[in-house]
Formats: sequence, structure tokens, C-alpha cells
Amino acid sequence: MPQLYLEALSTYASDIDNLIFLIAVLVGPWFILCEVIFFYFIFRFREKDGVRSEHITGDNPKHKRWITYPHLLVLVCDVFIVVGAVQIWYDVKQYLPEPEETIRIVGQQWAWTFVHPGPDHVLDTADDITTVDQLHVEVGKAYHFKLESRDVLHSFSVPVFRLKQDAIPGRIITGWFEATGVGEYDIQCAEICGIGHGLMAARIFIESPETHAAWIAEQSPLQLAAAATAPTVKD
Amino acid sequence: MRPIANTRSAAGIPTGRLAIWWVVGSEIVIFGGLLASYVLHRLGNPEWAGYAAHTNVWLGGTNTFVLLTSSLSAVLAHKAAEEGDGKKAAKLLYFTCLGAAAFVCIKGYEWTTEIKAGFTITSNTFWSFYYTAAGLHALHVIAGGIIMLIVAESAKRNEELHRVEVIGIYWHFVDIVWIFLFPLLYIAK
Amino acid sequence: MTEIVQPDAAQAHDAHAHHADHGEQSFWSKYVFPTDHKMIAMQYMFTGMAMALIGGFMVYAFRMQLAFPGIEVPMYGMVTAAKYNALVTNHGTIMIFWVAMPVLIAAFGNFLIPLMIGCDDMVFPRVNRLSYQIFLLSAVVLVASFFVEGGGFGGGWTAYPPLSAKAEYSLTGLGSSLWLVAVALEFVAFLLGGINFVTTAMNARAPGMKMFDIPIVVWMIVIASILFMASVGPLIAGAVMLFMDQNIGTAFFDPDKGGDPILWQHLFWFFGHPEVYVVLLPAMGISAEIICTFARKQLFAYRTFLYTTFGTGVLSFTVWAHHQFIAGIDPRMAHIFTITTLLISIPIAEMIFIYIATLYGGSIRLTTPMLWALAFVAEFMIGGVTGIFLGASGADIYFHDTYFVLAHFHYTFFPIAIIGAFAGFTFWFPKMFGKMMNETLGKIHFWGTIIPFNCIFIPLFVLGAAGQHRRVYSYENFPDLAIPHFQDMRVFATIALLIMLGFQLVFFYNCFISWRKKEMDAGNNPWRSTTLEWVAESPPPHGNFTELPHCYRGPYEYGNPDREEDYFPQNLPA
Repeated sequence: MPQLYLEALSTYASDIDNLIFLIAVLVGPWFILCEVIFFYFIFRFREKDGVRSEHITGDNPKHKRWITYPHLLVLVCDVFIVVGAVQIWYDVKQYLPEPEETIRIVGQQWAWTFVHPGPDHVLDTADDITTVDQLHVEVGKAYHFKLESRDVLHSFSVPVFRLKQDAIPGRIITGWFEATGVGEYDIQCAEICGIGHGLMAARIFIESPETHAAWIAEQSPLQLAAAATAPTVKD
Repeated sequence: MRPIANTRSAAGIPTGRLAIWWVVGSEIVIFGGLLASYVLHRLGNPEWAGYAAHTNVWLGGTNTFVLLTSSLSAVLAHKAAEEGDGKKAAKLLYFTCLGAAAFVCIKGYEWTTEIKAGFTITSNTFWSFYYTAAGLHALHVIAGGIIMLIVAESAKRNEELHRVEVIGIYWHFVDIVWIFLFPLLYIAK
Repeated sequence: MTEIVQPDAAQAHDAHAHHADHGEQSFWSKYVFPTDHKMIAMQYMFTGMAMALIGGFMVYAFRMQLAFPGIEVPMYGMVTAAKYNALVTNHGTIMIFWVAMPVLIAAFGNFLIPLMIGCDDMVFPRVNRLSYQIFLLSAVVLVASFFVEGGGFGGGWTAYPPLSAKAEYSLTGLGSSLWLVAVALEFVAFLLGGINFVTTAMNARAPGMKMFDIPIVVWMIVIASILFMASVGPLIAGAVMLFMDQNIGTAFFDPDKGGDPILWQHLFWFFGHPEVYVVLLPAMGISAEIICTFARKQLFAYRTFLYTTFGTGVLSFTVWAHHQFIAGIDPRMAHIFTITTLLISIPIAEMIFIYIATLYGGSIRLTTPMLWALAFVAEFMIGGVTGIFLGASGADIYFHDTYFVLAHFHYTFFPIAIIGAFAGFTFWFPKMFGKMMNETLGKIHFWGTIIPFNCIFIPLFVLGAAGQHRRVYSYENFPDLAIPHFQDMRVFATIALLIMLGFQLVFFYNCFISWRKKEMDAGNNPWRSTTLEWVAESPPPHGNFTELPHCYRGPYEYGNPDREEDYFPQNLPA
């Protein structure tokens, strides 16, 4: 049901939404049935003059089966949910497609730094584009991200991708996404990281290939120039 | 002022014993958690074997012997208490306390040499675990020793003899924790 | 200190209460330093209620900030980002450790266990007294942490390092340490309390009371105590480690120096998950007692209910990392934990089915306690089913750290800590004080709590599904969330909260006038219930029973066709 409020803009976002829907479909009827029967019994067996309660212990198998059969059906429903969950989890968190681009994401108190690979499409070269609180990606490309933290735990969350991954200091965690639609959306920090946790709002700009190329072209020389004219430590 | 509740034993186990097993159970999980954390770190950090080389296995071994002997005297104290011989039980408990004191003294000496050599609790995470685990254990040794003195005071007047068994169970537990600590901290190098 | 004499055989059969042993008790020994389980229960109850007021006030402050960001909150002041974090952290910590546990386990456990098993006190009254004193100290330390330099700890009740370990990150150095010490002291208090619950229930039962004659709430509190004891150890070890990281420079959880922040998470959640069952079980027990009494029905399949509880307890130790799916654990581990987590939904579902089956064929009277007990089941069901979405690893990728989680756990914790507490309190108030509470006021309070409760949290499910994350002091910074439609929901939830808080005044008024009533109108057994606490006078005197009861049958003999009365108390001979 996230799709009711938020677009699904990654290759796995709809899969996650479908899993959520599957759970709702398997769990919802049970919930409704139980509540309905519960309230019905409260009404049907309300205190009436001259009517005594029944002496039911629940040991009688004829009565017991009203508990055991539903109980087994719940187990069956759970199996379906587990299968769905395991599949989705594998696709998002274990499987890593070949990356067309790799970006670095660094969380710190209290901002996100994004390192884009620049026109040469290689990370950690001179033409990398570093931004703060703004991530620019191209639609339809498979990205790897390398997630780090400079200080405490943070968590990189992009709701429209349905993606989330905690950033742990001392580790580099790799994940992936591929955007399926353009637009500008929230990035949130999903792990309390101090008093500025609520200030770690960033934005993701999912751009068409042309727009994205233009952005890179515009940013890269500025960055190179800035690097070239930056004061260096001399004496 | 003892309630009637105290005189019943519907489960068939004396209440004091149920209570001490509860205490021992809680402590097992505390030490278990600490030691499990240590073991997992150790498995992931092979260089810790190098740090562990600096623990003194002879002093650790001596302490093991001291604790085992004191556990023996605790068992004998229980036997004496069962026979109603409070004075003998008290004597044996005092001997056990002596073991506790010896343990603490040896540990004090051991730690002094290690700290002098530069291995403090903040040196690295191995040493943090080492001092924390052994320190927590030593606190339990001290607490056990003190309680044992209190029990012995009553026992020598032939009072509350059932408490000898109860403190004995606690003491065996303290001993067993050390039996785990010793190989993990000293022998594994 | 008077010499303690071993009770002899004659005394063991002495059925008379031991008033004479104590003579006249001074104010101090009766009210301030009691060893009587009933008075200790009251101490826990009132401390828990006082802490609930503090925890509730905190919600008021931070929800006002969420609804009206940047505007000074009346009776509080400005809720800055730092204050917001401290408020949500301490709200959570207080409600679990200083409200749910003391009220459900320590207050009801202490009051009920000796009475329900037919004896005169707990087995270790002085240890009992000590447990309360340590508990009180822990509450004082926690409250003190709000007033030190830097303010109260604000790293979430989960206290993940490195944020919780280093003052340079949290900016609440002293507050973090005091918070930790308070929690550790609370753990010690409950470990001590557990000694009494377990040994008394196992050993001090009335003659004739076999294991399956024990009322289910006693079992639930005993099992909860065992779960607590078996799970809290690693976290105590972790708390020692965290305290040392905070104060003496060790690096157990500092990745810069060879430590691992994820270790804390495992130690925390290994306890944290069983902890939710530690508080759930007593609330389920309380509801079961009330439902049996007011439906005039035996608990359906008592033994199955009990065995299912054991099973749930064991399983609860295998699910903890579902709180850590996204945390950077090995992704393969997630498969194991999603399976175990979904498995645990099965025994819980069975227990819900048992409640429903217990209603079948009953003769249901909707008194105030019964309304609360039924509401517990109905509302907890929502909490239970929404948990499935979170236990499924693939779905949790999206839902983790959103308001969906928050709404889920409030649909479990609120029924447990608030509904369960009101159920128990209104049910046993006549026994505790000898007077009946006002039914009309009770019902007004009930509806005035339940309806707003749902109005608070259903919008929060929606906001969570829309991707809103937790522990954020203002959504004005997030364009996708700052839209008026969502802000209206936040305001709606906050107004519902204000209404709910307002209705609690009805409860306090009811307590006050009922307690102050001149007439002791309760009698021994106003609800015509079968269990042994209703044999004693209301309130029970010191020593509980003028004649210690004998147990002749199971705890829920209602509706026997061959009896004139529709119930058969446990203490009456055949």
C-alpha cells in the first residue's frame, strides 16, 4: 500500500509493494474474520435472564479442532509470506547486478555527501563530482552505491525506491538500485544519529540521460577548476 | 517474621535452593553474553592471539587450583552442615573464604604486573574484555566471600545450616565461570 | 533485629494469620519500608503510575511539536531538535521499564501471587522490599538524568553506539551514563523480584493446588519472569561494556579502535525481543482472568494455552535480528530470522483463537474491567497482524524505521501497558481497597481512551506507509512529507492524544472518589469469581487469610450444570 502515497520508482519497488499487498491479502481476511467473530460472540452470548453459560473445557476434540485447523491454516499462509519475503530480500540485498555506475555515499553528523563518478564513469578519479545533500542519478541505469559513515550509525533511505541501508562507521556497505522514473524526491536518514537527525534531509534527482549528462558536464569543470585553484598547503 | 509461605515446598525443592538457582541462572546469562561476545570478537580478530600471549598462564593456573580447592572445602562444609556439625562447617567455610582472598590477592598481583607492562583496560579491545570478564568474576568472588563469612557466623552457632548448601551452590558457579575464563583468556594463545 | 526461629511442624499447620507477630506497625514499617507483598505492590503501582504521568507528559510535548512545529508548547516551552530526541527516547524507555514492567509484573505479581495461590506473603519478603528500593532508586536516577548538563539521553531507547557511547556525538555525556545506570538498576530490581515470583508460585501453593490449578495470570507472570531472567544477562554485560566505553575509554563498540557497534545491537535485541513477551504475557493473563469471570466460562483449553505460552517463550529467543534486517548484518542471516519471526505468529494466533473460543457459550457481562479485557484482545490483534509486515524481511526493507513500525508497536504496547493495566486495576480495585469503583465513570473513561487511541495511531500507519521516518522532530524539512494532507494527519493524531489525556482525569477522579468512599461496599467477592484471592477479605489483612485455604479444583469452574451457582470457587470442598 505504499503505492497509494508514493510512487514506485525502482526496479524492485513494485516487487516490494506487491509483497506488502500479498501479506495484506493473506493476513487481512484472518484479521477481519477474527474481529467479526469476536464481536459477534460478545453480542450473541451476552448475559440473558435464566440462561447459564456452558461448561466447555476445550479438551473435547470436537471443540479443539476449531482452534487447531485455523492454526494450521495460519501456518500455510505464513509459508507463502516467507517465500515472498525471502525472494524479495535476495533480489534487493544479496544479489548485485553488474554496475553501470558506482557512487559513494557518506553519511555524517548531519549531512549526506555524494560522490558521483563524473564524465569518465569511474569513481575516485579527478573528475568526480562531490555534492552535499543532492544525489543525481540517471534513470534506467544500474547503480552500485558504496555506503559509509564518518561518525555514528546513519541510514540511507530513498522511499520512492523502497530502499534503505544502515551506514556503519568503519565499514563500506555495497548495495544497488536502478531507477525507473524521473523526478525529484526525498532522501531520509533512517537511523537516529544525534540532535541533527531530522536535519539530514537530502534530495535525489532522477534524471533522463540527456539531463543527467548535461548536469555532469556542467558540474565537472567547475569541480576541476575548484580543485585546481584551491589553496594548497605550502609551508 | 518468616511467613508461612516460607514453610511450604509444593514443588518439592527447598525454597532457598530454588532461589539460588535463579541467581545462578541470571548470572550464567550475564557471563554467557559477555563471553559469547568475547569469543565472537576473538574469532574475527586473529591478532588477538598475540595480545593474549601476554597473560600469565602460571598465575592463572594457580588461581584455578586455588578456586578448585576452595570449592572442595565448600563441599565438605555442606557435608558437615548436613551432619549438623555447625562448627566444622564454619571452619571449612572460613577456609573457603581464605581461598577467595588468595584468589583476589594473586589477581591483584597479576594485574599490577600487566598494567605496569602497559597492558591496561583501554590498550585494545582484547584487554578490555580481559579486564572486564576477569574483573566481573573477581567482584563475584569478593561478594561470595563476604556472604560466606556471614553464613559461617550463623553456622558456627548451629543456626541457618541450610544456608551452607546455598552459598556452596553459588561458590561452585563462581568456580565454573573461572573454568571457562581460564582457557578463553589464558590458554587460547 | 529479632532472632528468626525456624517454623516448626505445628506452626506449619497453624491456619491463623500472623497478625500477632507484628503487633502495631509504625507508619514507616507499614508504608515506607514494608515487607508485606500487598504494600510493596502498591508502591510499585504508584511509582509506575507516576512514571506514566511523566512519560505521558513527554508524549504531549513532542506530539505538540510534530503538529505545530516550531511553536512553543504550553507548559513545556520550545521543543528543540535535541529536546525532541531526549523526549522520544525517554518516553519509550519510561513506558517499557518504568510503567509496563512495574505495573503489570511487579504490582500485579506482588499483589496477586500470594493471594491466588493461597498463602500469606512472598517467600522472601525482605528481598522483595529490596527489589522495590532498587527500583525506586533506578527511577530517581533516570529522572535525574533529565536535569544534568547536556540534558537527558537522546539516542533512542535502543541506545545504539557509537552515538550512545561517545559524548562528542550525543552531546549528552552525563545524561547518557545516568540513563544507562538507571536501566541497569531496573534490571537488577526485576531480577531480584523474579526470585520471589518464581519460588513463591512454585513452592508456596495452597495444599491441593496442583500445577494446572494455578490461575493463568500467575503462570504468565512466572513465565515472564523466567523469560526476563534468561534474556537480560547479555544486555547487562552489554550495559557494562557501554558504560565503560562512555566513561573510561574502552572501545567495545568503537569501530575506530577494533570494536563493533553491531555487537551492541545483538546484545540489546537478544533481550529486547523476549522483553516484549515479558510484558505481553502478564497482560494476556490479566485479560484471561477477567474474561473468564465475566463470561462465566472456563478458559478454553487451559493446558494448550499454557503449553503455547512455553512455546512462545522459547521461540522468542530465536527472532531478535528481525530488528536488525537493515543494520548491515550478513544478508543471509535475514532469511533465518524472517522464518523464525513468522513462525512465532502461530502460537500468538492460537492464543487469540483461545480467547475467542472462551467467549463462546458464555454469559457475558460488560462491566468496566470486561470492556478493558475485551479491548485488549481486539486492539492487540491489530498490533499482531501488522507485525507480519515487519517480520517479512523483504517488506521490512521499506517499513524499517518508519511510523508503520511505531504504529505497530503502539498497537501492541498500548494494549499491554495501558489497556491491560486498566483492566487489572479496575478488576482488582475492589479487592485492594474494599470499595467498588463507579461503573459509569469507568465506562466514560474506557471509551474516552479507546476511541482517541485508535485516532492517534491509524493515521500513523498511513504516514509510515508514505515513508515517514521515526525520531524526526519536524517534517518541514522533507518536501515529500511536508504536504498539508500529511500535516493534517499529524495534527489530527495530536488532538486525539490531547483528548485521550484529558479523559484520564476521569480515571483519577474515579479512583479518588471510590477510594474515599465511606462504605466498604465490595465484600469479599463482588464479581463472583472462582480464584483464591476472592476468598480473602477486601482489602486482605496482613497475613491475607483468616484461615489459609485449601484448593480443591481448577481455577475456572464456571457454568457447571449440576451446581445451583454458576461458579465453583477453588477453595470450597466438593
